[in-house]
Amino acid sequence: MDDRVILRVGTKILTPFILIFALYVQFHGDYGPGGGFQAGVIFAAAFVLYALVYGLGNAIKVLPPRVAYACGALGVIIFVGVGYGSMALGGEFLNYSVLAHDPLHGQHYGIIGVELGVLVTVFGVMVSLFYAFAGRRRIES
Amino acid sequence: MSEHLPALLVVVPLLLAPVAALVGRWKVAWAVAAAACWWTLYASVSLLQRIRVEGPISYELGGWVPPYGIEYRIDLVSIFVAIIVAAIGAVTIPYARTSIAKEVEEDRGPLFYAAFLLCLSGLLGISVTGDVFNVFVFLEISSLSAYSMIALGKDRRALTASFQYLIMGSVGASFIVIGIGLMYVMTGTLNMADLAVRLPEVADNRTIPVAFTFLTVGITLKLALFPLHLWLPNAYTYAPSAVTAFIASTATKVSVYLLLRFFFTIFGETFSYEAMQLDMVLMPLSIVAILAMSLVAIYQANVKRLLAFSSVAQIGYMVLGISFGSVLGVTAGIIHLFNHALMKGALFMAMGCVMYSVGSVRIEKMAGLGKRMPWTMAAFVGGGLSLIGVPATVGFVSKWYLVQAALEQGSWAIAGVVMVGSLMALIYVWKVVEVAYFQEPDPDHEIREAPLSLLLPTWALVAASFYFGIDASLTADVATQAAETLIGGIQ
Repeated sequence: MDDRVILRVGTKILTPFILIFALYVQFHGDYGPGGGFQAGVIFAAAFVLYALVYGLGNAIKVLPPRVAYACGALGVIIFVGVGYGSMALGGEFLNYSVLAHDPLHGQHYGIIGVELGVLVTVFGVMVSLFYAFAGRRRIES
Repeated sequence: MSEHLPALLVVVPLLLAPVAALVGRWKVAWAVAAAACWWTLYASVSLLQRIRVEGPISYELGGWVPPYGIEYRIDLVSIFVAIIVAAIGAVTIPYARTSIAKEVEEDRGPLFYAAFLLCLSGLLGISVTGDVFNVFVFLEISSLSAYSMIALGKDRRALTASFQYLIMGSVGASFIVIGIGLMYVMTGTLNMADLAVRLPEVADNRTIPVAFTFLTVGITLKLALFPLHLWLPNAYTYAPSAVTAFIASTATKVSVYLLLRFFFTIFGETFSYEAMQLDMVLMPLSIVAILAMSLVAIYQANVKRLLAFSSVAQIGYMVLGISFGSVLGVTAGIIHLFNHALMKGALFMAMGCVMYSVGSVRIEKMAGLGKRMPWTMAAFVGGGLSLIGVPATVGFVSKWYLVQAALEQGSWAIAGVVMVGSLMALIYVWKVVEVAYFQEPDPDHEIREAPLSLLLPTWALVAASFYFGIDASLTADVATQAAETLIGGIQ
């Protein structure tokens, strides 16, 4: 795709905005439509777009498959970790109210923490799926 | 810590699953998985002791008061099923160390243990939760991880078997979620205890029987009641041996538990058996399951496949007990959950030993194994005796209760069906025994006994199946109390 200047430049311009929009959806998720799942998909979409335009090899340099795989597992640890955190602070599993000085802030931080876990897992799994399908023959060689 | 035990029972394996996937080396992943499995066994046994003293335990997840939030509600029935799952997990995991190393490619080891822990966590979650939507979520966690574990089998047919299970399982899961959705529309609640209170008020509306039907079909698909069992034989045959032993002893059992929960706790015995005439549906299907599937099992050439069809027949016994709708019948169903988990676990593990040493479980490859692998084949005979229902084995205890329940209803014919089923089990177990003990081994083929790390877990289950067959007081007590809790409704 070396000669498709518009695609290459367009992707370069769009990628940071896609990533920022994903974070907007993530942080907006606790009081409006959005949340970790959508944010994770959008975040992964930026990498998929990059891979489509600049080739799988470049995308793997930016984000090695091992990192994507680790993200898939790490998100679950973040999610469950928030639950353990509230348990350590004396509440029930996933009781966010105990996470901060007052329940309102606690709920706010807790839901963002949990959604962050969802974001990381969904992002990792989406990119891993894309790599698995895109690199069926090429990745080994 | 102990007040959080109901949640920890589910979330300790859930946390350790991604840890096992991240550590990279499969021996470390195994150690993580083993720690989780043994811990859940400890947790479920200590919960049982608490429930026997204090009665049902309720845990408010996230601090939200039920019925608004998710409630974990553990009574005797739930913990009985949770102990079956945790105990089989704890016995399978040392077995898996040797068996999986041979049957699954090495770089997939950590992923296997992650999937195993997710499956364990999902199955435990189904048994302890008191929220119907949560049931669906855990059902998906356990099923999806089961599909991936089955697909890890070395035989390429494992992939199609897993795909078949995926399609059928997803149809079942969507039926269940449609049923749950319809109940939610009518009552506005997802909490089991709250549903039980609110459903009778709207039971005249046609939506509720439709919800009931969707749930019944969905759950019977998951528990592989004839004729919805088509996914089971291939999945059990081509999965890695440790996976077959684990899934055959737990996944269908948990689905039977769901059936009990929905029929008795949520819809209530009166609605299920009088308004919906559930017994008219379940009884014929389970009788056909016992007779037809035992007959099919006799003609199998692959012993794992033979045992898989026998599993469908055994599920028939459980559902037959439940279809009576009496305390004795439900007791027979519940006790057979436990007993069948023990014997099928032992039998599939013995087949895993054969797979390890011989490399095949086709019946003609087993000639003379009684001499070459005496301990493995003795374990198979032990488990087989249970399957037939010989006195002093757990199989006898199950059948004793089942026949009693049938006679209580005055139906001699059904007692006869149980007897015929046992005779057919005798035929298919004998088929294997005959080849293994009365045919000469192939002299060109050097076959050694399976290693101790495989034999010990196998024999632990065989020994348990004899122990609980001779002294059934513990299991029978718990099963009877559990049946009384179910039929008496929520206290």
